[in-house]
Amino acid sequence: MAKKPQQLAIDTRPWRDTANHRPFVRIKNVTKKFGDVLAVHDVSLDIYRSELFCLLGGSGSGKSTLLRMLAGFEQPTSGTIEIDGQDMTDVAPYNRPVNMMFQSYALFPHMSVEQNIAYGLKRDHLPKGEIADRVAELLSLVKLQDYGRRRPHQLSGGQRQRVALARALAKRPKLLLLDEPLGALDKKLREETQFELVKIQESLGVTFIVVTHDQEEAMTLATRIGVMNQGEIAMIGEPTDIYEFPNSRFVANFIGSANMVEGTVTEDEPGHVRIRSAELGCDIYVGHGVDCAPDQLLWWAIRPEKMALSREKPFTAHDANVTAGIVEEIAYLGDISVYQVALESGKRIRVSQTNSVRGNPDAITWDEKVYITWSDNAGSVLTV
Amino acid sequence: MFRRGWFLPIAAALGFSFLYAPIVSLVIFSFNESRLVTVWSGFSTKWYGELFRDPQMLGAAWLSLQIAALSASIALVLGTLAAVALVRFRRFRGRTLFSGMVSAPLVMPDVITGLALLLLFVAMESFIGWPRGRGMLTIVIAHSTFCMAYVCVVVQSRLSDFDRSLEEAAMDLGASPVRTFFDITLPIIAPALVSGWLLGFTLSLDDLVIASFVSGPGSSTLPMVIFSKVRLGVSPDVNALATIIIGIVATGVLIATIIQLRSKPKKARA
Amino acid sequence: MTATHDPTIPPPRRLKPWNAVERGLAKVGISGRMLVLIAPALWLLIFFLVPLAVVFGISLATKQFGRPPYSALLSTEDGTVQLTLHLSNYIRLFTDNLYVAAYLSSIRIAAISTIITLLVGYPMAYAIARASDRWRNILLMLVILPFFTSFLLRVYALTGFMRGNGVINQFLGLFGIEPLVMMQTDFAVYVGIVYTYLPFMILPLYTTLVKLDVSLFEASADLGGRPLRTFLSITLPLSLPGIIAGSMLVFIPAIGEFVIPSLLGGPETLMIGRVLWDEFFTAANWPRAAAVAVAMLVVVVVPIMLMQRAQSAVVEK
Repeated sequence: MAKKPQQLAIDTRPWRDTANHRPFVRIKNVTKKFGDVLAVHDVSLDIYRSELFCLLGGSGSGKSTLLRMLAGFEQPTSGTIEIDGQDMTDVAPYNRPVNMMFQSYALFPHMSVEQNIAYGLKRDHLPKGEIADRVAELLSLVKLQDYGRRRPHQLSGGQRQRVALARALAKRPKLLLLDEPLGALDKKLREETQFELVKIQESLGVTFIVVTHDQEEAMTLATRIGVMNQGEIAMIGEPTDIYEFPNSRFVANFIGSANMVEGTVTEDEPGHVRIRSAELGCDIYVGHGVDCAPDQLLWWAIRPEKMALSREKPFTAHDANVTAGIVEEIAYLGDISVYQVALESGKRIRVSQTNSVRGNPDAITWDEKVYITWSDNAGSVLTV
Repeated sequence: MFRRGWFLPIAAALGFSFLYAPIVSLVIFSFNESRLVTVWSGFSTKWYGELFRDPQMLGAAWLSLQIAALSASIALVLGTLAAVALVRFRRFRGRTLFSGMVSAPLVMPDVITGLALLLLFVAMESFIGWPRGRGMLTIVIAHSTFCMAYVCVVVQSRLSDFDRSLEEAAMDLGASPVRTFFDITLPIIAPALVSGWLLGFTLSLDDLVIASFVSGPGSSTLPMVIFSKVRLGVSPDVNALATIIIGIVATGVLIATIIQLRSKPKKARA
Repeated sequence: MTATHDPTIPPPRRLKPWNAVERGLAKVGISGRMLVLIAPALWLLIFFLVPLAVVFGISLATKQFGRPPYSALLSTEDGTVQLTLHLSNYIRLFTDNLYVAAYLSSIRIAAISTIITLLVGYPMAYAIARASDRWRNILLMLVILPFFTSFLLRVYALTGFMRGNGVINQFLGLFGIEPLVMMQTDFAVYVGIVYTYLPFMILPLYTTLVKLDVSLFEASADLGGRPLRTFLSITLPLSLPGIIAGSMLVFIPAIGEFVIPSLLGGPETLMIGRVLWDEFFTAANWPRAAAVAVAMLVVVVVPIMLMQRAQSAVVEK
C-alpha cells in the first residue's frame, strides 16, 4: 500500500533533492503558546507537492495544533507558514486555498449529503449546473451515489467519513488537511479505507497532510512521517527510515517495539564501534562508525525481529553480538511468536521468531536456556 | 422495591393525578351552567360568552400579549448574547459577576425584583426624567430582565453541546464568520431559541407580582385582573379563561414535543 | 520543475470589509467579543444590580409624605452635602415581633413544603428516569406542561379543589365524611407550594437520575446489595446534586412567595413576601419595604450559593 517511489513523480522523491524542488508548504520556526503552555515549539517543516505527509504523535504532542495553524484556526505565536509561496499569516481560514477533514467529520446535521458537499462550492458562487456536476462527481468518487439526499445521521460511520472527505475535496484544494481521518472507524474498515484514501490522493494529486496517533496508519499511508513529541518534531523521514534508523530513543520506542540497552564505547574506529553493555552481558560490535567520544555512555536499540534465538551457542565474529538467557514468556501470535528472555543481569529482551514450521514440536519453550544473536548492523546506536 | 416493584408506578400515578386533578376539575366546571362553581347543574358555554364580552378582561389580555411578545423578543436577543459570552469566552474580566448577574434573576423572589425595579424607575424618573411614569414600557423592561435569565440557560445548554468544528468546517469551506453564523450556528441552535422565546413569553404572560409593582394606572395586565377577581372568590369566567389558556398551551407543547420527537436523529451508528 | 502558481487556487483575498471593521475596532481596543458582552452586561448592570443598590439605599431612608415618599439620603445644607442614614427600619425589623415571626414562619413553611415536594417528586423523577424511552418523553412532557400553564391559574384551580364545598369535600361527602377545613390554613399553603413547584423539583432530580449508569445497580446487586440497600448506598448519594438543586429551586422562591399565601392561606399565615407587599401597597412605607427586601435577600443568599454549586455539579456530570 505504501507508495512506490516511481509513482510519485517522474523524477525521484523531491525531498531527496531539495536543491531542485521548491517546497509547497513551508513551515518556518513556528511556535504556538496557549497562555503559558507551549503547544508547538520552533517547528520547521517543508512539505512537497503531492506528498502524503503524516504528522504522528501522542496526545498533546502538538500535531493537531500544527494542523489547525495550517488551516488558519490558530495563529502562530511566532514563525511563518507559507503555502505555495504565499505567506498565510494574515489570511483568514475562509480565504485559504486549504481544506480540512475534521476528526469528528463536522458534517452539517441540518443539511443533506449533497448540500454538505456543495456548501464550499456555493461559497465560491459557482454556477448551479457546475455545482451539481461536481457534487455528482464527488459522490461517485466516494461511492455514495445513492446517498445524496440523506442526512448525516442516516449514514453509517464509514459513509459519514466518506462524505467528509468528499466535502473537503469539493473545492479541489491543492492541500488537504486530515485530522485523524480514520480514527473513528473500526479496525477492518480502517484498513480498507486506508487503501481508498491513498488511491484518491494519487489520482487527484492533492497534497495531503494527515494527523494521526496510529503509527501503523502513518506507516501505511505516508510518503514521509514527521514524528512529534512535546511540541517539537522529533524526526522527519520516510517510513523505513523512521522504523529502521530512528534518530533518538524517543522515536525508537514510539515506533514499533524496541529493546533498549545502555552501554559505553570501548573501541571507536572509523569503520566500527565496540560497545560494552553490562545490561546485555556482552559486547556489541557495530559495523559502522559512530559520531561519539570514547567512553561515552550511549544507547543501543534493536527490534525484536532483528535477533535470532538458538539452543546452541552460535558462532559470532569479534567475540560479540551474542548473549544468553532463560525464556520467561512466550506470546504466540500465529504468524510470529514473541519470546521474552531474561538475561543474567535481570534485563528482559523480546525476540520475535517467524513460525515457519507448522505446529513445530521442536519449538523453543518456557524455561529453556537460549542464546540471542544479531548481525553487526541490526541495531541502532543512539546518543540522545 | 424500586426495580420491578409496585411502589414507583403507584407513586408516579398518584403524583401525576395530584398535578392534573385540579386542572381537570377546573376545565370541567368551566362548562358549568351555575355560578356556583362547584355544583354541577348542566352543560353551558355561557361563561365563555361572558368572558368575551368583558372589555376589562379583553384589554388586559391584549396588553399582556403585547408585553409578553416584546419582552420575550428582547430577552431572546440579550439572553442569547449572554449565553454566547458565557459558553464561547472562556475567560474575561468580571466573568463571575456576569454569570452571577445572569442566573440570579432565576431564583430572586419576585417581590424583591418588583420592588427593586420600581424603586429604580422612580429614582431614574426624578434624576433623568426617564422613564416618565410607569406602564407598558416599565413592565417590558422588568419582564425582559428576568426572562433573559431563562433564555440564557436554555441557549447555554444548547451551545455547550455544540460541536465547534462545525463552524470551523464552514469557515474552512469559505464562509465568513457572519455567514457561518447564519448558515450553521443559527439553524442548529434555532430550537433552543424558539423554546427560549416561548419560555419568556409564558413567563411574562404569567407574572403577577413584578407587574403589580412596576405597572402604572391604566396598565393592568391579565394576571393582575385575574388576581383581583379571584381574590374575591371563585368566578366562573376565570374558569373559562383558564380553560382557553390551558388548551392553547397544551396544544403548543404537544406540537412541540411531536416535532422534537420526529426530528430527533435516530441513534446514529458509530 | 519550477513552482508555478496553480491557476485553480484563488489568490488569498485579504481585508474583506468585515475584517476591516473588526480590525478598526480592535485598534480602539474593542474586540468582537466585547460587542457581544456589552449589551447583556449593561442591561443587567442597570436593571438588576443598580436596583438592588437602590433598594439598599432607600432602606436607609424614612417614610415621608410627598413624591417620592421617602426622605432623601443626600441633602445640601449651607453649601455642604449631608448624608443622612436611618437605621430605624432595620431596628424595627428586629424589635417588632411581626417581622421576626414572619421571617421564621416563611422559612418554616418553605422548608416543610420543600421536604414534602422532595418526597413527592423523588419517586416521580425516579419512575420517569427508569421508564422506557417512549414513556419517558411522554411523562416528561406531562411534568413540563403545567409549568407552561399559568401559575396563578393553577393556584386558583387549587382553591376550587380545596374549598369548603370543593371537589375533595364533595367526594368525601359521598362516603359520609364531614367536610374538612383546608382553605385558609397553613396546610393549604403547603399543598399550594408543592403543587406549583413540583416540576422544579422533578426536572433536576430526573437529570441526575437518568445519568446514573444502570451497571452501577447491577454491580451493587451482583455484590449482594438488596434493592433498598442499593438505593441508600448508591442512588441516593449519587443523586445528591439533583436533590440540592431541586430543593433550592423550591425553597428560595417559596420563601418570598406572595400569591400562594394570599390566595390559599388564612389571615394568620405570615409570610415575608406578603408582609413586604402589604408594607408597600397598603402602608405605602417604601423604606420599610426596602429594608424587608434587604433582610429577605440575606436569608436567601446562602441557599442561592448552595444551589449554584449544586447546579455546576449537575452540569459537569
